[in-house]
Amino acid sequence: MSSHFVEVQGLAKRYPSPGGAQALTVFENANFGINKGEFVCIIGHSGCGKSTILNILAGLDEASDGVVIMNGKEVSGPSLERGVVFQNYSLLPWRSTLKNITFAVQARWPGWSRDQVVEHSMKFLELVGLKGVEQRKPSQLSGGMRQRVSIARAFATQPQLLLMDEPFGALDALTRGMIQEELIKIWEETHQTVFMITHDVDEAILLSDRILLMTNGPQARVAESVQVSIPRPRSRTDIIHHPAYYKIRNHLVDFLVNRSKELSGSAQRQDFSAVDSTHPAVVDPGTAAETAPTITYRQAAG
Amino acid sequence: MHKSLSFRAAVVSLVLLTLFLGIWEGLNSAVKDKAPLSEYELLMGGASQEARVPPPSDVFRLAMEELGNPFYDAGPNDKGIGIQLGYSLYRVLTGFFLAALIALPIGFLVGMSPLMHKALNPFIQVLRPISPLAWMPLALFIIKDSETSAIFVIFICSIWPMLINTAFGVANVRQDWVNVARTHELGPLQTAFQVILPAAAPTILTGMRISIGIAWLVIVAAEMLVGGTGIGYYVWNEWNNLDLASVIFSIVMIGMVGMLLDIALGSISRLVEYEE
Ligand SMILES: Nc1ncnc2c1ncn2[C@@H]1O[C@H](COP(=O)(O)OP(=O)(O)OP(=O)(O)O)[C@@H](O)[C@H]1O
Ligand SMILES: [Mg+2]
Repeated sequence: MSSHFVEVQGLAKRYPSPGGAQALTVFENANFGINKGEFVCIIGHSGCGKSTILNILAGLDEASDGVVIMNGKEVSGPSLERGVVFQNYSLLPWRSTLKNITFAVQARWPGWSRDQVVEHSMKFLELVGLKGVEQRKPSQLSGGMRQRVSIARAFATQPQLLLMDEPFGALDALTRGMIQEELIKIWEETHQTVFMITHDVDEAILLSDRILLMTNGPQARVAESVQVSIPRPRSRTDIIHHPAYYKIRNHLVDFLVNRSKELSGSAQRQDFSAVDSTHPAVVDPGTAAETAPTITYRQAAG
Repeated sequence: MHKSLSFRAAVVSLVLLTLFLGIWEGLNSAVKDKAPLSEYELLMGGASQEARVPPPSDVFRLAMEELGNPFYDAGPNDKGIGIQLGYSLYRVLTGFFLAALIALPIGFLVGMSPLMHKALNPFIQVLRPISPLAWMPLALFIIKDSETSAIFVIFICSIWPMLINTAFGVANVRQDWVNVARTHELGPLQTAFQVILPAAAPTILTGMRISIGIAWLVIVAAEMLVGGTGIGYYVWNEWNNLDLASVIFSIVMIGMVGMLLDIALGSISRLVEYEE
């Protein structure tokens, strides 16, 4: 039926209002797909329902409408096939760093021997540069280190889909940059399918193959799917010199600043449905002819 | 040179103790000097001593004697302090562990299930404020054995703090950690033992610590009622013998053992504590 590895169809989330009158619709009619091995980011203003979508994908939350299909099967609860990196790391504080990872590895492969589990876990701790601190408790690690443990835990279970909810939101710019590079490195090695929420436009461009844009809530929608046509491998320092970079960046910023508001709510819905009510518009600002948003780029260059 | 805080605190504690004992001793010997006991008074076994609390030196002498031979057994009314404390400890620990056996699973259930919480809460709220000693007559009537009744009273008073703390700890495990268990497809038993129990353990241990403290308070009163053996009976018996030095000595021993029980539970709870 569909060629996508993950298929999100007509997804909606509503909360009954306290008065019982009209339900609060956080978002509705969300349709998008994720291909195998693709890195997809989703951006939108606070409260538009990004975390809710991610939790529904994870199977932790239930949709009011619509389905999520992964690998031809409907998602109906949490599964080891979908790993989650939570915004607040969610490490178990009574376990050491290593044991936080062996916990997950053991759950994934219950038949493995103790040695096998430890060896596999250590491999992923090394991958995120945390060799040597494996006996420490999470409370004895910095925020950046904790997030690395959390990422290592998710990658170690080798899920078919990795979901990350603003994984770097709580980190300072320097640490964030370092971990982004590490994430790129791991992703290039594993070609893990990733769905990630972020507020950071530059982070989204650096990491993703495609960026989904959500309009403001309530009644938010996934309005656009922006192709990031910048070749890999990418690095933080080089990517900004790529001609497509500022075109994409300006397109995203323009969406967040202006159009996310204009497109939101029920009033504009009629307009929009005239174009395409079900699927997000596919945009590729990087290869498109120069349009208005590139002004910023010319200013930056001149 | 600044000594460590605990060293200075120990010095202050010792000074206070010496002062207190000194004043106590001084007051008593002053009375003694003014009115030396007449032969008649001595014959009467110190009838005028009713008004006199024995000085710490007397208590100390007695303590040395008792602690030198704590486990002698010379009939029902004359047993060593070690034996009496042993009886009390046995009752407290038996009642306490029986209570834990019941309170921890039920607390888990109440904490996990909003239905059971709502259903059991009224019973808990009514039963909890009942003084454990109020159960004594009923226990004696039904069980017909004073020993077991005392254990039952300990059981009843230990159960509530453990049950309530367990339920609270379990109900308030961070949703994030429960989500970690869910995304790793842990079964109900694995979730309970690998995530909920360790997460709630510090709260549960606090409940156990409160319970054993209350149990030790209650056992003295319970043994005064049922008689026979135990430190509570011992205190009451010595009071009837007008042996105040023994009464004071056993009061101090009750305090010491209570403190040791608390230290024991405290060190266990340190094992399960974690920092977020
Ligand atoms: N139990 C609830 N009842 C009513 N509304 C809720 C409930 N839970 C969440 N919401 C609403 O759902 C909306 C979406 O929340 P969500 O956490 O998904 O937003 P988000 O896009 O992840 O925001 P942020 O970027 O700040 O993390 C919010 O506006 C919130 O008010
Ligand atoms: Mg969120």
